[in-house]
Amino acid sequence: MIVLTCPWCGARDSEEFGYVGELGARRPDPKAATPAQWRSYLYQRANIAGWTSERWYHRMGCRRFLTVERDTTTNEVRSVLDAGGLAEDQ
Amino acid sequence: MTVLREIGRAPDPMAMRLDTRPGEVVDRETAFTFYWNGHSYPAYEGDTIASALAACGVRIFSRSFKYHRPRGLLTADYLDPGCIVQVDDEPNVRGGHRLARPGMTVRPQDTWPSLAHDVKAANGLLGRFLGPGFYYKTFIRPQSLWPTYERVLRRFAHGGEVPATAQAPGGRPRYDKRFAHPDVLVAGAGPAGIAAAVAAARSGAQVVLVEEEHSLGGHLRWGGPADLTALQELRDLVGATPGIEVLTNSVVLGRYDDNWVAVVQRGLAGGAERLVKARVKCLVVAAGLLERPYVFAGNDIPGVMLSTAVRRLVNLYAVRPGTRAVVLTANPEGDATAEDLTTAGVQVVHVEDARRGGDVVRAFGRSGVTAVEVAGGRRLECDLLVTSVGWTAPVSLLTMAGNIPRYDERCARFRPDVARLPSGVMATGGIVGDGSTAELVAHGEATGREAANRADRLAREWRTMAPQGSGEGAARPAPRPESARIPELAPQPHPELFRGATHGIVDFSEDVSSKDLFTAVAEGYRYVELAKRYTTATMGPAQGKLETVNVVAIVAEATGRTIAETGTTTWRPPYAPVTLGALAGRSREPRRVTPMQPWHELHGAVPLVAGAWIRPDHYGDPESEVLAVRERVGIIDVTPIGKIDLRGPDVPRLLNLLYVNRWSKLDVGRVRYGVMCAEDGVVLDDGVTGRLDIDHYLMSTTSSGAATVWEWAERWLQTEHPDWQVQVTPVTTAYASVNVAGPRSRELVQRVVDDIDVSSEAFPYMAVRVGQVAGVAGCVLWRIGFTGELSYELHIPASYGLHLWERLLEQGRDLGVRPFGVEAQRILRLEKGHLIVGQDTDGLTRAFSAGLAGLVKLDKDDFVGMPELGWQRESGDDVRLVALRTADPALVPHEGTQLIDGNDRICGRITSSRMSPTLGRSVCLAQVAEHLAQPGTEVAIRLTDGGTAVATVSEHLAQVDLQGVRLRG
Repeated sequence: MIVLTCPWCGARDSEEFGYVGELGARRPDPKAATPAQWRSYLYQRANIAGWTSERWYHRMGCRRFLTVERDTTTNEVRSVLDAGGLAEDQ
Repeated sequence: MTVLREIGRAPDPMAMRLDTRPGEVVDRETAFTFYWNGHSYPAYEGDTIASALAACGVRIFSRSFKYHRPRGLLTADYLDPGCIVQVDDEPNVRGGHRLARPGMTVRPQDTWPSLAHDVKAANGLLGRFLGPGFYYKTFIRPQSLWPTYERVLRRFAHGGEVPATAQAPGGRPRYDKRFAHPDVLVAGAGPAGIAAAVAAARSGAQVVLVEEEHSLGGHLRWGGPADLTALQELRDLVGATPGIEVLTNSVVLGRYDDNWVAVVQRGLAGGAERLVKARVKCLVVAAGLLERPYVFAGNDIPGVMLSTAVRRLVNLYAVRPGTRAVVLTANPEGDATAEDLTTAGVQVVHVEDARRGGDVVRAFGRSGVTAVEVAGGRRLECDLLVTSVGWTAPVSLLTMAGNIPRYDERCARFRPDVARLPSGVMATGGIVGDGSTAELVAHGEATGREAANRADRLAREWRTMAPQGSGEGAARPAPRPESARIPELAPQPHPELFRGATHGIVDFSEDVSSKDLFTAVAEGYRYVELAKRYTTATMGPAQGKLETVNVVAIVAEATGRTIAETGTTTWRPPYAPVTLGALAGRSREPRRVTPMQPWHELHGAVPLVAGAWIRPDHYGDPESEVLAVRERVGIIDVTPIGKIDLRGPDVPRLLNLLYVNRWSKLDVGRVRYGVMCAEDGVVLDDGVTGRLDIDHYLMSTTSSGAATVWEWAERWLQTEHPDWQVQVTPVTTAYASVNVAGPRSRELVQRVVDDIDVSSEAFPYMAVRVGQVAGVAGCVLWRIGFTGELSYELHIPASYGLHLWERLLEQGRDLGVRPFGVEAQRILRLEKGHLIVGQDTDGLTRAFSAGLAGLVKLDKDDFVGMPELGWQRESGDDVRLVALRTADPALVPHEGTQLIDGNDRICGRITSSRMSPTLGRSVCLAQVAEHLAQPGTEVAIRLTDGGTAVATVSEHLAQVDLQGVRLRG
């Protein structure tokens, strides 16, 4: 179990967080998307061995969705940012 | 246990006990008896099971795994593969480690009919059938015989009897859990580990010091006078230094990412075990060295022991391990063992020095050593053969941190690559190198200081990454120095001794010999990882700590490669065996109850476990509860219904996004039913949402979906629409909720509201009102109808839940009010054809399949799952939710029963079914293939007895009040 440094709560066990998934393509325009595009958004994941950007949710903390840069081979974490773009100075 | 005479009981019960030894750990003032194999044996406080029995002359403790050869003591500590025993109802107890207790019943494991005469020893005569890979080769075919093979093999497998309960005698829980967040955790409390813990604590770190044995000190405990003096000084230091938590009889099981460290504490009050989950800023591994057995013919005969076993028995427990000894030594510890034996009155008939070419060729004897053949062919009579041929560094915890040990031929052992350890993991003591006590202590001290520095740096780093209050940063002390210098701890040269001139046992737990390993290599298993799995060497209870290096050396010898080329096997957690109970720990599953639970319990409610909630299923007669609602009025505690408070100007946009239906034009005072789907179009949740004020809404969800929907709303707001102004607050347990349902519900609600007009004109169907109820302000009422009757859902601040409940019962007495439970509610909604998400839908049910076509507004700009639902409407080929009418009105098919079409193919299933008290016949909802969903279509229900019954698809989902007159009345 790794440590994630939540930008709001500080260093916490990953047990407090929910892993949402890797950040892939943005949500396609629901009016214009073809089935192939939509299902790629739903199901296709790169599953990278190495540095990835992923979404986590601090379920037992601040309840903020976070963007985490993590190396999936070493579990090294480079950054943890608020996914909604909220910053400390706001 | 049948009282069969084993090895004869010692005539003098403590015949092998020595006079007082300077470092002994037994308390001769406290003597007691316990039972071994059906007989009573004396012991002193501080004795292990093994030492107490050895003091009485017991030499055989078990039978080996495959050949059922008699086994005695080898290491006389936790790892000893020869004395794994059953203690009372606890199996697989390490007799070399577990302390003897008054009255405890200890039995050998897996011997039949007895330890002395074991039928399975015949396996030894059939050795050629039990070669490496025997199980793989023999029992693979014919496959039909496998169940028989399995039964037979199980009787030959190791293992004792598992306790029937997770509670210790007296009803206390046997297992517990806790968390810890030390700055520094030191694994191993020998001289270096103790010094590291003290130095780290003196540097201001919070320290946990973990020691597998029952007392601190490591090898100093069985050393000479200088060692004992140093031991006392170190123990005094630990006692005098604040900030060190000492855990003895505890072991570090594993090191995981970011120094997540698992420790199991054993032998707590009542025999309990506790798993400590520690987040450690700096881990110091001070695991010392383990002594390695020597491989030669007869090396498993009782009476062949390692030097550390002998020194433990003599110096800690004052036990004479034999009468005539031969000692094979390759190091100073072996030499010291010979001296210890002499002082213990054992006749040392010969010391064979491996540093000068000495060797042991074979040992003779069956149930005990009788003689030894040394290099040159000389044969010596003896009953004890001591080997001291080398050390193994237990590098497991370091390899779990990604470190690959390297073989160092100068000292004949694998050593950790200390320079490449991650910054949060350090090593000290024998695992790093050799040295005098002073050198080990100096290394430990420097390591402990540096560990405290590193922990401090990490704490600072974590603090700077977290938001700070203003002004706090300025008060912080200056950072510590970058790093402290750690002295060298060079390994001493040691001859390479693994296997002698003959073949012997390599893995004492699994009965794997060096010959087996040669055979495995000859059969092509040339890599140590393969040979290990093929022969099962290192895979028994000792988990390779004693035998891995010998396995590597023998595979190297058999393949003609060097040990360094051969490499080692991978160490994985756990470092030591751990009970499944300790991993499971104490149950901490929360139970949620409503404020009305005391009333429910007093009035005979049959509890239903619904997720985390305990709810009344019914109060004895669900059918009459149904009829009370249909004919008069009933009240149900629906507090677990999810409730989410939504505020802000952009709430309608959020509702439009999350729900498949339209929300732009919901007037203040109105509620609407809505369905949510996921992006794949699958139904996620449903419920009503009411508009309480211009920018204020209250959303309800299913009871089980409360947390999911909250998170779902947050996810869309935070990640897709951070610019929307919506505040989401879960208020599920802030309100107690009661549904009042039935034709007389208006009369009843009228009597409890204080300032709300409940007339049909003022408070119509699908409206919401806020006001005072039963004297309590701030209540929310909505008029909805899950049951199909006129009904009001009352949400009152939770602390008044019981008050409201009792007021309703009191005020409704003359109306015939009855409480009803979840079962009656399920029947009522089924009669009305209202689906339950998760019961009538599943993980593949998209909105059109759930009969929700009328709700789905594909002309909206956007909503979650919209494209998939558009394609579902176009393709049409899917299942549909329908009501089924069984030809036999008395037939209530089980939920989940399959439906079959004319070609005997599965075409659907029953999702809900009950006997309807209102209609006097069964009512069912079912998912069927779309082409069979037309009203009037006949389908067959496959009954559990294999027969079929006929049912017809109904025109409507509802079977009661098709026009909804009752709801709107």
